[in-house]
Amino acid sequence: MARHAPHIADVKVSARDVNVFYGETHAIKDVDVDILDKTVTAFIGPSGCGKSTFLRCINRMNDTIDIARVTGEITLDGEDIYDRRVDPVQLRARVGMVFQKPNPFPKSIYENVAYGPRIHGLARNKAELDDIVEKALRRGAIWDEVKDRLGAPGTGLSGGQQQRLCIARAIATEPEVLLMDEPCSALDPIATDQVEELIHDLRRNYSVVIVTHSMQQAARVSQKTAFFHLGDLVEYDDTDTIFNNPKDSRTESYITGRIG
Amino acid sequence: MPLIWVLLAVAALAGIGYLAGRRRALASAGGDPRRLHSLPSYYGLNVALTVLTPALAVLAVWMLAQPALIDARIAGTIPDTAIAEAGDRSLVMSDVRRLAAGLDSAVAQGVLSRDEVAGLRAGATDIRAALGEAGVALGSDVKPEVLAAAQSYRAMARTGTIAMDALVLLTALAGLGAALWMTDADFRARNVVERGVLALLIVAALIAILTTIGIVLSMLFESAAFFRQYPWTEFFFGLTWSPNFRGNSDLGIIPLLWGTLYISFVALLVAVPIGLYAAIYLSEYASTRVRSVAKPLIEVLAGIPTIVYGLFALITVGPFLRDWIAQPLGLGNSGASVATAGLVMGIMLIPFVSSLSDDIINAVPQAMRDGSLGLGATQSETIRRVVFPAALPGIVGAILLAASRAIGETMIVVLGAGAAARLDLNPFEAMTTVTVKIVSQLTGDTDFNSPETLVAFALGLTLFVITLGLNVLALAIVRRYREQYE
Amino acid sequence: MTDAIEGARPDAAGRPSLLAADRRTRARNAAERRFRLYGMIAVGLGLAALVVLLSTVAIKGAGAFRQTYVSLGVDLAEAKLDKTGNRDIEAIKKVSTFGYTPLIQEALVRKVDELGLRPDGMSDKDIGGIVSKDAAAQLRDRVIADPMLIGTRTRVDLLATGRIDGYFKGRVSLASAERDSNVTPDQIRLAQALAEAGVVVTRFNWGFVTRPDASDQRPEAAGLGVAILGSLYMMLIVLVLALPIGVAASIYLEEFAPRNRWTDLIEVNIANLAAVPSIVFGILGLAIFINFAGLPQSAPIVGGLVLTLMTLPTIIISTRASLKSVPPSIRDAALGVGASKMQSVFHHVLPLAAPGILTGTIIGLAQALGETAPLLLIGMVAFVNDYPAAPPEGFFDPASALPVQIYNWTQRADPAFVERASGAIIVLLLFLVAMNALAVILRRRFERRW
Repeated sequence: MARHAPHIADVKVSARDVNVFYGETHAIKDVDVDILDKTVTAFIGPSGCGKSTFLRCINRMNDTIDIARVTGEITLDGEDIYDRRVDPVQLRARVGMVFQKPNPFPKSIYENVAYGPRIHGLARNKAELDDIVEKALRRGAIWDEVKDRLGAPGTGLSGGQQQRLCIARAIATEPEVLLMDEPCSALDPIATDQVEELIHDLRRNYSVVIVTHSMQQAARVSQKTAFFHLGDLVEYDDTDTIFNNPKDSRTESYITGRIG
Repeated sequence: MPLIWVLLAVAALAGIGYLAGRRRALASAGGDPRRLHSLPSYYGLNVALTVLTPALAVLAVWMLAQPALIDARIAGTIPDTAIAEAGDRSLVMSDVRRLAAGLDSAVAQGVLSRDEVAGLRAGATDIRAALGEAGVALGSDVKPEVLAAAQSYRAMARTGTIAMDALVLLTALAGLGAALWMTDADFRARNVVERGVLALLIVAALIAILTTIGIVLSMLFESAAFFRQYPWTEFFFGLTWSPNFRGNSDLGIIPLLWGTLYISFVALLVAVPIGLYAAIYLSEYASTRVRSVAKPLIEVLAGIPTIVYGLFALITVGPFLRDWIAQPLGLGNSGASVATAGLVMGIMLIPFVSSLSDDIINAVPQAMRDGSLGLGATQSETIRRVVFPAALPGIVGAILLAASRAIGETMIVVLGAGAAARLDLNPFEAMTTVTVKIVSQLTGDTDFNSPETLVAFALGLTLFVITLGLNVLALAIVRRYREQYE
Repeated sequence: MTDAIEGARPDAAGRPSLLAADRRTRARNAAERRFRLYGMIAVGLGLAALVVLLSTVAIKGAGAFRQTYVSLGVDLAEAKLDKTGNRDIEAIKKVSTFGYTPLIQEALVRKVDELGLRPDGMSDKDIGGIVSKDAAAQLRDRVIADPMLIGTRTRVDLLATGRIDGYFKGRVSLASAERDSNVTPDQIRLAQALAEAGVVVTRFNWGFVTRPDASDQRPEAAGLGVAILGSLYMMLIVLVLALPIGVAASIYLEEFAPRNRWTDLIEVNIANLAAVPSIVFGILGLAIFINFAGLPQSAPIVGGLVLTLMTLPTIIISTRASLKSVPPSIRDAALGVGASKMQSVFHHVLPLAAPGILTGTIIGLAQALGETAPLLLIGMVAFVNDYPAAPPEGFFDPASALPVQIYNWTQRADPAFVERASGAIIVLLLFLVAMNALAVILRRRFERRW
């Protein structure tokens, strides 16, 4: 299990001996990984290898599934997020998530983005909330397209716009880590392009973890890549190394298309 | 001859036709069923159906039309003097009908022989006593015109029945002959039979429309009769309801509508919060085990007949509210009240609201909940701020349907709300509703064609229109809501 | 920038540690707990209402299944009952109930004196007043059924009056008897003494289910026999009419109907009919079946027709659901071997959908069994105490129905009828439970997983 020894200050999320069980099924086996700050990390692997499952551990979304059980340690800035004292609600304000299929609320664009800040009480008055919404929409690279119709329903946008709206919504709470679960798989190529460009910009402010089934996408957007296979973290290294000089034979098989 | 014999005769003819049809078809193919266009049984069925359907149709139409036709004929023969005395033609007619039925019954039981009946004179024989022995009660002594009309009624009915029997049997035989004549090897029996069956299926489907038309027509007709006798402005805008069997009644619908709406409002006040919260808890929070036990138990409330709720209101809830709340607070001393009926109706509506809301809440996609939870919202915040607003149109539809159900409810209010029509804000007073009055006016002693009885049809029509409007609106809202997610 | 010490400290963005729940989160969690609590309370209220409803009905109604009887040996004197001595049925029938009452009184007085229980100054008539007036009629029926009993001393269980029965059930006390015109305290004391001697017994009362209704003054003799039979007739009519028509209509709508305005209209119609208040169907029945077609009032045929129209939408909706659940592959397979559309439906789809159709029908029948309002409008408020004849003539005889009988009893002044009504509800609910259980069992047994 190769691992790039990080400078401690760079590590944002750190996982040690993480196992995930769905009922009897052992979905994630003994995973150790360090996600670095202000970096885009890609999780790749064939279908069903557990990359989404592991992603969902980082913001404890697996808690919503009754039969899921997580063991091991995952820390955010050194604090174990599975500690009994931690409220997932607070965690998710700092670790945001974007889903595979765009899921804007049936509310206005403004209200979609304002939702997170509202429930976490991040704005003291309307003016502050307006600022937060504008900042998020700008960072989500969608401000120019919607600034004149913030009251329009979020569901009325095109697929790519909806996903950028969802990204803006997720970053409105100023998370430090942004988890993206195959964010482009439901989008057409042009929209995919827009989102990938956005991801480039996002890494200036956030630590991004993106699950993708497209190796080309991983190669385009990420600096670090982790290859999962059948629940194991097979190899984790710089993206260049994974794709040009993989150390594990399974990684090579996947890259060259022999498996997956 | 009695109806059952006619039916049996037609059925027997159909059976014979089936066998004959099969034999004839096989014969025409030289005994080899493979040379027939259709299976032999279809040929038999073709004959049987051709015997049954026209004959039964003639029977049904004749049976429905005969009483009305005879009525019309006899009504024309009654002298005006008799009508003037009784007050109304239909009153005389109902006497005629009752006398005719009584005479028939007397003959059937052997109290009077046929000849005795034929020789009856109104003054000479004490008809009333004779019929009394046969178990038929007559309100007053028999007048000669009524006796004459009754005798003609019976005669016409007898001839009519004989004619009907003959016609039906003739039709059956004609059908038999025609179908058999058509039968041969090349005859496409299966297609004909299937077309016939399809026609029967369509008729069955049309019965739904017929029912609605029947409902509307029956109420419209009698309501028109009512509005001829009572001004519609006073009905729809009148503030007093006090029928008087001597005439000169006040028949304003407003106090009844008020009672109906007030009680429905209280019922919804009970059912909507409890039903909604129960639905939310069972679908979002409860474990599968709790849900599998609690949900069916709550559904049981929906299967309990309303008469049981009515009795519950009468003997338990009413006295409880009166003794523990109304009397101590000096608000009333009646067991029957708006609060009683409203509370019990609310309990009845809980499963209604709960299961409709459950469906609607489950229709909200999980992706939306995940999006909210991913942003760090608690489950209750997700429900209150995302799921519920998304489900709102559907829930409004469900509430409208529940309101429609409450407005049309009868037994709970008959037993729990009392019969006093008043416009009052005190929920512990007895206040009656539209449905209660429909029952009381139609089961009372007043003459059928008086405004006091006919008003029930106008009330029924109003009720029908209101509930129909609510249902259509509710279903439209729910359908539009569902399209949003599919 | 930071050291790796564990423990609570602010993070890079200056936000408080994850390990300490901040105030706002605590408030939000409290709101969460309150919300959950409201949900649980709501479910609890619903279940509590169910429990209260069923238990009050059961408690009030259980008493109706037990009745107080006076157990006596009655001398059926030939001199009084069959003067000719021929055991000629017509002659025996001519003796009315007035002829039997003295015999009963004589038997009771004899027993009382034998046991030495007569209170001071109590007349024979008062003693006889313990026995229900209906008892004479029941004794007469028994003698007519078996004339050989005349001349013997036969042991009979005679109904005690409603007030005496009420005493043993706790409704009537010595104090209330002082003010009651139907019973005296002496009678109660006598009854109590007779009970201790074993002459008066309170035991299970099948008559509640089999006897016909009785008049206002005789709650002890009132039974559900006519009502149950009437309801049974109506259920038969609904089954025979609504099932074929409903299935036929569903088959047309589901398999054959084109998608056009007319079929849409039919569908909308059916959805609306399912939501029309039941009393409107009663009005329909009154106006069309009774006034226009001249069918007899209060007859099961009319009730059955009205209930059929009410149950049709339910059956249609559930039959369509069953038909829809049969996968298209079955239909395609039949068509593929050359069956016509109609053959594929009747030979393949319908049998596979049959279990669902059956359960839907049973549930529809259960709903129809409990309907009251439309039956009131077609005249069933009348007092009926003769059994209707056997079908099909019996369909035209006046009858009652279970829920209507319950309603009738609630309208009577005697408090004993409250017990009767509650007992009748227990019977009704038992029928409903049986039907619904049958539906569930059938569904489980025949459920197919495609």
